[in-house]
Amino acid sequence: MTEAVVTGLGVVSPTGLGTREFWSATVEGRSAIGPVTRFDADGYPARLAGEIAGFVAEDHLPGRLIPQTDRMTRLALVAADWALDDAGIDPSQHAAFDMGVVTASTSGGFEFGQNELRKLWSQGGQYVSAYQSFAWFYAVNSGQISIRNGMKGPSGVIVSDQAGGLDALAHTRRLIRKGTPVIVSGGVDAALCPWGWVAQLASDRLSTSDDPGGAYLPFDAAATGHVPGEGGAILLVEDAASARARGVAGYGVIAGYGASFDPRPGSGREPGLRHAIESALHDARLTADQVDVVFADAAGLPELDRVEADALAAVFGPGAVPVTAPKTTTGRLGSGAAPLDLAGALLALRHGVIPPTVHVRPDPAYRIDLVTGAAREIPLRTALVVARGYGGFNSAVVVRKAEPS
Amino acid sequence: MSHTPFRVDDLRRILREGAGADETVDLEGEILDTDFDALGYESLALLETGSRIEREYGISLGDEALAPHTTPRALIDAVNGELAPAPRT
Repeated sequence: MTEAVVTGLGVVSPTGLGTREFWSATVEGRSAIGPVTRFDADGYPARLAGEIAGFVAEDHLPGRLIPQTDRMTRLALVAADWALDDAGIDPSQHAAFDMGVVTASTSGGFEFGQNELRKLWSQGGQYVSAYQSFAWFYAVNSGQISIRNGMKGPSGVIVSDQAGGLDALAHTRRLIRKGTPVIVSGGVDAALCPWGWVAQLASDRLSTSDDPGGAYLPFDAAATGHVPGEGGAILLVEDAASARARGVAGYGVIAGYGASFDPRPGSGREPGLRHAIESALHDARLTADQVDVVFADAAGLPELDRVEADALAAVFGPGAVPVTAPKTTTGRLGSGAAPLDLAGALLALRHGVIPPTVHVRPDPAYRIDLVTGAAREIPLRTALVVARGYGGFNSAVVVRKAEPS
Repeated sequence: MSHTPFRVDDLRRILREGAGADETVDLEGEILDTDFDALGYESLALLETGSRIEREYGISLGDEALAPHTTPRALIDAVNGELAPAPRT
């Protein structure tokens, strides 16, 4: 069957703009979590975030795009440029209908939307930007990437919170199998504004700690929630045959995907995560012992951490596979989290290095081999990335290292 | 008309604030007779521009004044037409 291979990475992470900066910070375990600076968070219960510092949209994007874009869209457009460049693809040299865009979104352009709603209620409807008609919208990153790069093939957006970051890659693979050779995929969210903040607070999952080193501690007995962040990654995905034809092996193949939905709370039935992971392995035609590393969802809440650790122990055996959560350096990024983990996993395969989970002292009761402290050097061929979305979404993707052509 | 309170520089400012400027177009140059489409402004940019003019100057513009094939000169004339005191009868 047609294989979908990732040939380009565009990373916009709190730990680094661009793949190189991100990867060195990730391997060294440098955390970007700190006090919120994008708005005054003093009066809120949660006050830490993983923010992207030093991103000046005007340095990268045309002036016409600035008044019509939320921060998340500016970041996504730049990440898409970088992914295309990394893949060596000039979109003007490809047929417009042979290129599509499928991104994930969690919140949409909340900061843009908040500013326009403020004008609506304080000044009146006449003061609301015409661009509010789309700038807040979930699909806007896909749309703007499509317009900027002249991509008219099948496109869309997947909205299933963090799981969507993997669901978008699965849909990307589906479109490639149906005959579109180039798809821009991934996800970028950036809802670090009061509206985005209260929306996330409503989940009751945010850490209220003021200690950047102790606020987001998945699989630690001291876990009390997570820290939100902004950013993500855009991945250029191609039909492996057409990539090979132009002499490109890429980073790795999207080898397997599985998704499930949790049973009704209180039903007593097993959570859906194990099924999603097993489906992904089955789809990749791999047995559990052929998976070399797991990039965990790492919710940072005891009950959710237990569900994930139990699923991993059930599929792989207790402590049988190295598990890591580099998102402890960035916070949880909504739809951007899983694409960033996929970028990290593909770089891990390429370099034979498992980046560490920072700040965490693993609770042995979870029975997982969590990579903490320093990065672990080990030959890697396959990686599993796990993502869960608020409301019961579970998704898992297996990536396999690309063999040099 | 001797009374022209809305000038091309006012339009330039409002275009920049509401819709930005295309780097390939010299907005400071001779733009009066180039249509908005060629200046890089699509219908939504003109909707935003019209809305800003309307609220700043307290007038109401018709759809034709803001169509993509109109020119800055036509829009400026339309705005000044709305701003001109009504003729005494």
